[in-house]
Amino acid sequence: MATLLEVNDLRTHFFTFEGVVKAVDGVSYEVEEGETLGLVGESGCGKSVSALSLMRLIPDPPGKIVSGELLFEGEDILKIDMDDMRRIRGAKMSMVFQEPMTSLNPVLTLERQLSETLQLHRGMSREEARLESVDLLARVGIPDAERRVKQYPHQFSGGMRQRVMIAMALSCNPRLIIADEPTTALDVTIQAQILELMKSLTNEFGVSLIVITHNLGVVARYADRMNIMYAGKIIERGTAREVYSNPRHPYTVGLLKSVPRLDLPRRAKLDPIEGQPPDLINLPVGCSFRDRCRWAVDKCATDSPPLMLVNEGHWSACWRSDELGPGALDFLVDPDELEASTNGGAAADSEPDDDN
Amino acid sequence: MTTMIESDQRGDGASSQNDVLVEVRNLQMYFPVTAGIIFQRAVAQIKAVDDVSFFVRKGETLGLVGESGCGKTTTGRCILQLYKPTGGQVLFEGQELTGMSTRQMRVMRRQMQVIFQDPYSSLNPRMTAGNIIGEPLIVHGLVNSKEEYRDRVAELLHNVGLNPYMADRFPHEFSGGQRQRIGVARALSVGPSFIVCDEPVSALDVSIQAQIVNLLEDLQEQFDLTYLFIAHDLSVVRHISNRVAVMYLGHIVEIADRNEIYANPLHPYTRALLSAVPIPDPVIDAQRERILLSGEVPSPLNPPSGCVFHPRCPIAVDRCQEVIPELREVEPDHWAACIQSPGYGSY
Repeated sequence: MATLLEVNDLRTHFFTFEGVVKAVDGVSYEVEEGETLGLVGESGCGKSVSALSLMRLIPDPPGKIVSGELLFEGEDILKIDMDDMRRIRGAKMSMVFQEPMTSLNPVLTLERQLSETLQLHRGMSREEARLESVDLLARVGIPDAERRVKQYPHQFSGGMRQRVMIAMALSCNPRLIIADEPTTALDVTIQAQILELMKSLTNEFGVSLIVITHNLGVVARYADRMNIMYAGKIIERGTAREVYSNPRHPYTVGLLKSVPRLDLPRRAKLDPIEGQPPDLINLPVGCSFRDRCRWAVDKCATDSPPLMLVNEGHWSACWRSDELGPGALDFLVDPDELEASTNGGAAADSEPDDDN
Repeated sequence: MTTMIESDQRGDGASSQNDVLVEVRNLQMYFPVTAGIIFQRAVAQIKAVDDVSFFVRKGETLGLVGESGCGKTTTGRCILQLYKPTGGQVLFEGQELTGMSTRQMRVMRRQMQVIFQDPYSSLNPRMTAGNIIGEPLIVHGLVNSKEEYRDRVAELLHNVGLNPYMADRFPHEFSGGQRQRIGVARALSVGPSFIVCDEPVSALDVSIQAQIVNLLEDLQEQFDLTYLFIAHDLSVVRHISNRVAVMYLGHIVEIADRNEIYANPLHPYTRALLSAVPIPDPVIDAQRERILLSGEVPSPLNPPSGCVFHPRCPIAVDRCQEVIPELREVEPDHWAACIQSPGYGSY
């Protein structure tokens, strides 16, 4: 597989009255053709800003991409002018936003909104664009597309609107789609429908997909490789299988430990990451996770760990990643942490009565 | 359609009558859809909650799950009488709350409190954290002096893991997780025995969610609390609940013990809901059975006939369009509302 996008040392900072917010601070990764890459992190970790930077959609001022390279099909798109960028945006690279409620124009029909990109980037006539819009809606599974295309966004449900957004993103046969929390606003059963749809469409058209999410389950189900971000940096990256089975950064381990899992016996207690994410204005010297980290040592306070290779195709930014290893997830099967009575099918669990 | 469930649930409830704290019988909440500018007339009804019956035992956590718009929040608010139910009864320690006067209800509210979903909009931005937590103490006349007030607020802040000196700060100075802690302290201030937790962790980040879930569990033990835990995240609900009720379009479709409902779901909707939750492990997730529901939740304005789930149900038969399945105890302590579940009997 060839590399479609290469991000080198991307830094996006916001210059505010309180100081410089280093939302993305030295991020490097690449996206192969046809693969799905997961970008995981909590709110404020810089995952959305790094995606907007790829599209060069950072509001300036206050934001600015201060350094880095974005090699898209071999060309540094940070160096081209805005007119050229506009020809790439929507055509070769498109985006699906989180909020299907607010990212469609409420006063235009879907036909107008879908045709706009088609007429602009593919030079279609109005009639061609109309037919293509109907076709696109049908392809993303909207029944009765011929009639629905004339309707306005408010006449669609949340899941349907997200389908429309996907149709729009696909309309110019892009090489890369960036989906920023595509299912966060949706219910679980609809989330499953939308993700299946995106997966099958990207397979069908050989499109690369960057999925930005905070949901570890979504990444596990759909991503080939993943990057985990914390405080503006990638702190662990690798194939999804490798990272989930063999996490090598304390933050990743912490995230996996703090979510209850449906497939395993219930643990007596969840194991949260204590404390709060750091303020991006006054980032401490050294590792930004060290205040919340159980493995922190003196070195973490002085030297910021770079991403280091820990295994084939697996990097972690932790000085002690060697000590973490597969044993880090032993808690999942540790009998001491499990409830005595829980045995999957324990039908007559009488625990509530015992409590009285 | 209102009689059967009552007899079923009460049949079981009677034996353990004294350990039931909250009982809901045939609860209905219809919201009118109005038309006209000056003379508003009702033109239709949204059946947000339609004939829902369940009970919560003392000291337990009942999880209430479902997708948005299924009526789970409305049910919680009806129990607290924040909405006046259209029909049905809500009993708290055997006392009927429906039909109580505002004054009587105010006394009852010392016993039953609520924690809201959004810690950003549920706290008054112009009040300090201390005043938010302390206001219920004054409203209910629970403190006699300024010192007592201050000590009690400090104690409550301490209980939820905040520092007493934070009492003078305003909500915007706190992070999401800390704000939710303030919401919890406010609910605790009057010393309630029952708390409706309406999606208390949905708006929080994963690592913070676990902190709040643990806090709620610790407080439950410390103060002997009973929770109705409303959420759409099935993994969190399984973790915190003793029993789980699944709602769909205003109806409860299944209630069972938390291990039972996850190991042996009987209603097709519960099964689909469980299979839709992705597991954070690619290897295990790939092996799980997946039931992809087609279509979307119908409008409660015009719900389907018979079983409300039949248009999306993978195992629906013709009878499902006609029969409204009541919630029946199909296995000991396991209720389901599906005519095709084993043990359901004749209909």
